[in-house]
Amino acid sequence: MRLKVDNEVCQGHNRCKVLAPELVDVDDEGYAVIKGDGTVPEELRGKAQLAVDNCPEFALSLEED
Amino acid sequence: MTTDHAQEHAGARRGEPLLAADGVEMAEGIYKMYPSSHGIPVADWATDFDHADPEYNKHAHEIWDDLRERCPVAHSERYGGTWLPTRHEDVRKIAYDTENFTSRQVIVVNGRADPEMSPVGQAPPITSDPPYHQHARKLLLSQFRPNKIDPLEGEIRAICRQRLDDLGEIVPGETVIDAATQYAQHIPPAVISRMLGFPPGDDDKFRYFIHHVIENIDGSPEEKLAVGLEFNAYLDAQIEDHKQNPRDDLTSYLLEAEIGGQKLPHETVRGAMLLLLIAGIDTTWSAIGASLWHLAQNPADVERLRNDPDVMIFALEEFLRAYAPVTMARLVAKDVEIGGCPMKEEDFVLLPFPAANRDPEFIENADKFIIDRRVNRHSAFGLGIHRCLGSNLARLELRVAIEEFVNRFPDFSLPKEGDQTTWSLGQIRGPRSLPLLIR
Repeated sequence: MRLKVDNEVCQGHNRCKVLAPELVDVDDEGYAVIKGDGTVPEELRGKAQLAVDNCPEFALSLEED
Repeated sequence: MTTDHAQEHAGARRGEPLLAADGVEMAEGIYKMYPSSHGIPVADWATDFDHADPEYNKHAHEIWDDLRERCPVAHSERYGGTWLPTRHEDVRKIAYDTENFTSRQVIVVNGRADPEMSPVGQAPPITSDPPYHQHARKLLLSQFRPNKIDPLEGEIRAICRQRLDDLGEIVPGETVIDAATQYAQHIPPAVISRMLGFPPGDDDKFRYFIHHVIENIDGSPEEKLAVGLEFNAYLDAQIEDHKQNPRDDLTSYLLEAEIGGQKLPHETVRGAMLLLLIAGIDTTWSAIGASLWHLAQNPADVERLRNDPDVMIFALEEFLRAYAPVTMARLVAKDVEIGGCPMKEEDFVLLPFPAANRDPEFIENADKFIIDRRVNRHSAFGLGIHRCLGSNLARLELRVAIEEFVNRFPDFSLPKEGDQTTWSLGQIRGPRSLPLLIR
């Protein structure tokens, strides 16, 4: 599974950074950036799903490899 | 829905606007004034609503639920013509549509802001339109990102504890405190004025200015002009002081900032400071008060917060969803149809994000407060390009204020006489007086 962010849609709410800090960071301008290549380890699937489920702009998605 | 009676009144209400071009004196940036409908009772919330009527915020949840079933976009002839969508889908659609809706004016009043003020507007970036908007927003958003805001936690906690200490002797079961005026209202001004580098102790001034901008909706043009000039003079003095003595704060940052290689004009710096004060104070104060109002009536939620502090990551968002304080507005830029309603150029549209958050078609159990709700895409901070840029600060203040309050007072309720809360008027909804019995 990979976590992705659509940078055109992200408005910098930063919900994902709070819910899945292992997977998401915030850039210098305040918008979400996915750490590394976005691969979600098994033990972080729950957090990744929470980040997706709580994005007000529907900017995050989880995709099968 | 519209009765003959309502129509008769509505015609009288809309009336012909006064124009600055006819020599009428108006507040800065206002070119047109519609006749006041202040004090005329609301005939029907679907066809004659008034967001400044004291009943509106007091019964907001019931009013929105009723309108969502009946309309779902309400209309009123007041303020020269105003629309009120209540479904998440419609609010969302308008928030994203910067073609047909302008942010030139985001507070609904009888006056209309001069189109000449676009695309910057009076308080950029909230009053700005694309493409200028994104430049102004970028400047500010970067200053409110998590690694700028997180370090403020200790200071915010100290402010909260000081206010709780200042309540004096508490006799459990007897003492009634006002959690709005003795606690909530003091937290955000202390933080934002420190960030802007303003003299400490000016909180009363800010509350006075902000009250005039947000709650004195029916103020006369002369009154608005006078307060506007006074507010500008205060901000001008702060700008001058920072020019003489630059330091590490948001005011000096704005004075040094550039858009397109140019320093910002004086009015733009002042407008951004105005925005930070207005948006940073009333909103968070309202959210803190409304959350405490909820907790006073739901002791099980207080217990959960005390015994399971990890639940706060979800609870915080549920407070924001269920008691979202902010309704923004837009002006219709071009005639457009939304939800089957013909919106005309220069009509106002209120964007009640708090109503969208309680739309059962958008979220399960919309009318229930679920402290550990795990799927919560609420839009308390708005949606799209204008969503609140200070949300990290707002969340931190709200979280710390609730934590400190429930840690100090494990048991509190509404007074023995029942709910004595008074709610604000207008677009920012929250308790202005919140008597609570400490048990």
